[in-house]
Amino acid sequence: MEINILAFGIAKDIFGVSSISVEVSEQGNIATLKALLEERYPKLKQLASYMVAVNNEYAEDKLIITERDEVAIIPPVSGG
Amino acid sequence: MQTQIEIHAEPLNIQQCIDWVMSPDSGGIDVFIGTVRNATKGKTVLKLEFEAYNKMAISEINKITKQAFKQWPVQKVLVHHRTGTLQVGEIPVIIAVSAAHRDAAFEACRYIIDTLKQTVPIWKKEFFEDGEVWVAAHP
Repeated sequence: MEINILAFGIAKDIFGVSSISVEVSEQGNIATLKALLEERYPKLKQLASYMVAVNNEYAEDKLIITERDEVAIIPPVSGG
Repeated sequence: MQTQIEIHAEPLNIQQCIDWVMSPDSGGIDVFIGTVRNATKGKTVLKLEFEAYNKMAISEINKITKQAFKQWPVQKVLVHHRTGTLQVGEIPVIIAVSAAHRDAAFEACRYIIDTLKQTVPIWKKEFFEDGEVWVAAHP
């Protein structure tokens, strides 16, 4: 299935665009997605950390993604 | 128990924020105003750029303010955060808290700004004379 991913902050710079689309296997979870992304964008691994948000909530590695989800890469935050 | 949360690109208005949290049953208001500093680790900062994942940022701030109401007897809580380009001295964030007694207002205000900095999906890019960097991105 095709998953659309939003990128913010440095993740947007790493992807070169504010959203990308990746092919994830059915029943793929956050860990699967992170592995895929890190292979395609090795610079993600150089970040201090990064999280994935699904439908506006920080997601655990085990969470299964579906095509309807709003998925976003959340690099280290620095608001305030 | 009232909360006002806003994230937008227009300049923040300190007086409006204070007026909003003020109420007759309050004994005090605590306000935190973040300002753009002119240097980071001795390097001159020219300007900052703030980017937010708006929907999620509002939802995360909402969690923080709910927690503040649970932990302290506060009356009104306001969080305004700005996005876009900010010059030195401009205001990226205002937090205002009213309470019957000052301890609750001080503690809740501190809790809100500290937690906002840790969990809310907003990002800041610093612009120097010789380049630019997303704050906290790299170890």
